[in-house]
Amino acid sequence: MAEVSVKNVTKKFGNFTALDDVSMEFPDGGFFALLGPSGSGKSTLLRTIAGFLFADSGSIHIGNKSVDLIPVEKREIGMMFQNYALFPNMTIADNVGFGLRVRKVSSDEERRRIGEALELVQLSTLGDRKPHQLSGGQRQRVALARAIVTNPRVLLLDEPLSALDKSLRVDMQVELKRIQHEIGITTIFVTHDQEEALTLSDKIGILREGRMIQSGPPRSVYNNPVDRFTAEFLGDANIVAENDGNGRLNVSGNPSIKIPEGAETASALAVRPESLSISATEPEQEGLSKVHGRLVQRMFAGAMSTCIVQCGSHTYKMVARDQDVPNLSEGENIWLSWKSAQTIVIP
Amino acid sequence: MSMTLANQQRIKIFSLLSPAYLWLTVAIFLPLSAMFYFSFLSDVPFGQKEWFYSTENYQAFFQTTTYAKLLWKSINLGLMVTGCAVLVGFPCAYVLAKSIQGRSREALFLLVILPFWSNSLVRIFSWAIVLRGNGVLEIALNTILPFEVDVNLMFSTPAIVIGLVHSYLPYVILTSYLALQAIDDNLIDAARSMGANKLTILWRIILPLSLPGLLAGAVLIFVPVVGSFMEPRILGGRVGTYFGTVIEDQFVAVFNWPLGAALSFILLAVVLIILAVASPILRRAQT
Repeated sequence: MAEVSVKNVTKKFGNFTALDDVSMEFPDGGFFALLGPSGSGKSTLLRTIAGFLFADSGSIHIGNKSVDLIPVEKREIGMMFQNYALFPNMTIADNVGFGLRVRKVSSDEERRRIGEALELVQLSTLGDRKPHQLSGGQRQRVALARAIVTNPRVLLLDEPLSALDKSLRVDMQVELKRIQHEIGITTIFVTHDQEEALTLSDKIGILREGRMIQSGPPRSVYNNPVDRFTAEFLGDANIVAENDGNGRLNVSGNPSIKIPEGAETASALAVRPESLSISATEPEQEGLSKVHGRLVQRMFAGAMSTCIVQCGSHTYKMVARDQDVPNLSEGENIWLSWKSAQTIVIP
Repeated sequence: MSMTLANQQRIKIFSLLSPAYLWLTVAIFLPLSAMFYFSFLSDVPFGQKEWFYSTENYQAFFQTTTYAKLLWKSINLGLMVTGCAVLVGFPCAYVLAKSIQGRSREALFLLVILPFWSNSLVRIFSWAIVLRGNGVLEIALNTILPFEVDVNLMFSTPAIVIGLVHSYLPYVILTSYLALQAIDDNLIDAARSMGANKLTILWRIILPLSLPGLLAGAVLIFVPVVGSFMEPRILGGRVGTYFGTVIEDQFVAVFNWPLGAALSFILLAVVLIILAVASPILRRAQT
């Protein structure tokens, strides 16, 4: 186990800058997510930490030692791939034992450690099978067992759950978190699924066009995005006011949107869909920001309902428990309101 | 309704398959059957001489050790040529499949299949020009090297092997290339992340996974090389007597078709036995 630190890493492919002066700290034993749209450089960063790629400038430390000159084979990492990359010609036990055999571990110890790793992922009975005889979720577990059996210093996961269907993915998230907690290994995973990043990680790094836009604990990044991109990428955000270009916030002539103190010169104000309340009449309570609009669409999705509301030129999205949405029909005039404290100021 | 659909499907399948199978029947099965029939005759049935049914052509193979020795020599040649082609072709296929991309790959591929574009006789005779004493190879070496060398490979086993490897190399490159390209690059990355060096990756992952393609290529080379006669004759001269050349002699020189036919079928049987014996071993190697 070890902490990882990425310092000012830049990586170019020809004219394309895949990573632009990226820095992030990954303290020992934590669970970290690298999140970004495709082409943001998140996979490049992971592969640079792994040692498949070498940074053009900057440096990467694992456990306080620079690994800039150490190739992937010697970095003592465990890696799990998006398509699992199990060796189809080997049994599950041989797949898991591959890294041990490379390290010339005695056959007794090899067998014991394969057994332990398979037990950890709850697949003890399937050691003799071939990968093609396993389901997607089982292959996933084998890939995880194989990545951790050598006691690597860091566990790197490249879009680990994206090939699974939704219900299995949630199960695996719980499982992944449990196993990571059990062995306490520093884990970095790449994902484009923001919910997954929020659910699993202690710290999120958000990348865009090769740059680290923001990093921090999920809740703080979600509640205090540093820019509009982060606000809209991590969860949904309704932009309620934008800077008019003269350094003043323009609330679209809607004085019932309260501008928080000191936010007059911010670039935008936003509000999360789940912070909104909907009502047929104008709410009278103090301390509310509110807008008047027309209910365009109401979508029932089991636990939650989503409403799309048109307010002038703005389209708002609201999410609430279905029972909290009054009996309104599409096309009706309604009010959206939120506590002013829940207004997100985008600096 | 479903019956007629199923029937239509059947007609479609039949009409797509039948040209190929008709062709195979007419072009291969019938002549081969005729040859099989000839191999049990005492003489060709369309000459003036009397003929009768006999197995003496097959007995001839066992009466002297000459034929068996020549067959053994041919099998050895087949193994040698196949081995060389694999050693030369597999690394080439690996680089084409895994390291080179885009335009340059197309150009290199063109070079690989170039032997297929030229007439085989022209190919063999150009090798003769290269390999003979005072030939292209010797002149070239003497221009580069500071000391004189004598290179006369003509009429030797190496000359035959060189010629045959050149002719059949594309097979092993193409089949290996297809198998290697199907290997997911992530498997190699995964092995590296677990600490495996290049040799381990080659031995435990790349080779086992590309073995089906490699073997297909090897079989495609081995079978025709064992029966080859043109390269041994032209490039081998006096040392170029092989089972294939003996069969050819029966047809074009001695005009003993029944013996030639019988020897051909013995060759076919031996090759099939070799493949049958080898296949379970090879299948085990794959897993």
